[in-house]
Amino acid sequence: MKKKIKNLNLNFGPQHPAAHGVLRLILELDGEVVEKADPHIGLLHRGTEKLIENKTYMQAVPYFDRLDYVAPMNQEHAFALAIEKILNIDVPIRAQFIRVMFCEIGRILSHILNVTTQALDVGALTPSLWGFEERETLMTFYERASGSRLHANYFRAGGVHQDLPGGLENDIAKFCETFPKIIDDLENLLTDNRIFKQRNVDIGIVTKEDALDYSFSGVMIRGSGVPWDLRKSQPYDCYKQLEFKIPVGKNGDCYDRYLCRIEEMRESVSIIKQCLAKMEKGPVKTFDGKITPPSKKEIKQSMEALIHHFKLFTEGYRVPKDEIYTAVEAPKGEFGVYLISDGSNKPYKCKIRAPGFSHLQSMDYLIKGHMLADVPAVLGSLDIVFGEVDR
Amino acid sequence: MKNLIDLEKKVNSELGTKINTSEIRHNQIYIEIDKEDLIDVVLFIKTNKDTKFRQLIDITVVDYPEKSLRFKIVYLFLSHEFNQRMILSYHISENEVISSLTSIFPSANWMEREVFDMYGVNFKDHPDLRRILTDYGFEGHPLRKDFPLTGHTEVRYNEDKKKVINEPVKLEQNYRNFDYESPWEGTKYVKELADNNEKKN
Repeated sequence: MKKKIKNLNLNFGPQHPAAHGVLRLILELDGEVVEKADPHIGLLHRGTEKLIENKTYMQAVPYFDRLDYVAPMNQEHAFALAIEKILNIDVPIRAQFIRVMFCEIGRILSHILNVTTQALDVGALTPSLWGFEERETLMTFYERASGSRLHANYFRAGGVHQDLPGGLENDIAKFCETFPKIIDDLENLLTDNRIFKQRNVDIGIVTKEDALDYSFSGVMIRGSGVPWDLRKSQPYDCYKQLEFKIPVGKNGDCYDRYLCRIEEMRESVSIIKQCLAKMEKGPVKTFDGKITPPSKKEIKQSMEALIHHFKLFTEGYRVPKDEIYTAVEAPKGEFGVYLISDGSNKPYKCKIRAPGFSHLQSMDYLIKGHMLADVPAVLGSLDIVFGEVDR
Repeated sequence: MKNLIDLEKKVNSELGTKINTSEIRHNQIYIEIDKEDLIDVVLFIKTNKDTKFRQLIDITVVDYPEKSLRFKIVYLFLSHEFNQRMILSYHISENEVISSLTSIFPSANWMEREVFDMYGVNFKDHPDLRRILTDYGFEGHPLRKDFPLTGHTEVRYNEDKKKVINEPVKLEQNYRNFDYESPWEGTKYVKELADNNEKKN
């Protein structure tokens, strides 16, 4: 007599440490082979876009920190650039360097988290312990510049909120000297590690064509051999003045993506060093008093400044009617803001294009035919953060 | 095409009547089409060797409740080859059903689900049109302009029933939407009021 075998449905998450947040993944298993994966998202949906429509432009910035919360400033950058382009204002060069420097710090923050937790998912504990110590140092830099470790609220249209405090540049420079050693240590643990390679090589392969069709960006597309990086191809702020390389993968598997991330961290360190070397003293926000609040000292002396301060923090500045899409190369891929302004002090519409959303969507395509144990490895290499996927 | 002006010419000459307006702003090309021509236009810009918009970046909707053609559907495309971005859009009224792009770009699947969830726009031939971001059993379409910011229902754990329940929103204080627009109109208003008072006296 033949026995009828039914496929097993398995709920992966929403409370599972390897789900990287609140992902509910419904897997259909034939034995240990995954037949179908259906990600249910939205458990962290907070209605960011709706909230932004009801806030002034300046009040909307903190919402961007809460999207991809491991690299907050990269997101603020996209929003600031969108407003700057519509208002057609120039950003002082020092502010550009500060912004780029903190974006690269954000990239390192994100990549450390991803690389080490991916290792954790496939069984290595030590990298996360070593990596998180460095993240702590980097978040201290965030704190010293903006006042908070995670939700920075530091970038403004026209520059940054305030200048760097004394001594911070030196400390970042010191970090740049010691950090490459830590990357080497991480690589010693992982790159040639037999178990790590067995779990990642040839797992979750993405071809060039599919990477394009599935709207991949960032490391996900570079891992498949497409040399595409918005910092190079559509440079914003001062990226044009900086020299850096774009690491590109060959096979498009989880291991290549890991290697890309490691190399990107090294490049980021070099970018930070260049920023520090080129940075000169100067203003950190645009002089346009209708957009930038005046300094405390001015408020004490000038009536005009006081009025501007009052108007900016109640009414906010107005942005002329326009429609724009701006994107930045966030650590996870192309992070874009599609902004429609209607001439008032609030955005009429602000659509946030999160890279993780399209990456997670391809989960079914990536995991079909793999074993159950490969799910955490693939999920880890997608670099998913639910703050931005669910918005 | 190497630059945007050539691209605009090319698209206009090849697609002719299908393009309603085209414009170059902010180093991007904005094109308006008719609802019916969507599939043709998208297939053309994806496959033509001079355009090669191989990647669909995002799909979204803009809601203008006061207009008869209420929704503006927006598609963002990227061409890696020529390093260009295109913003394609068309207008529809509230209950119209539009074609799905899932057969051309698999990544359109979730983007269209999101549009359906947030704005209630329906897609024809979509393989799996379900809500995506909102809760199971959610009602309404949150990003429509007539949906209140606070929503209609809130959830809490009910100790008696031993489960999570939905109930109408009860706020201690209503959401206060201050009208900061043009506070300087105030002086004029006060002046008029003073004038009127003077006349009365």
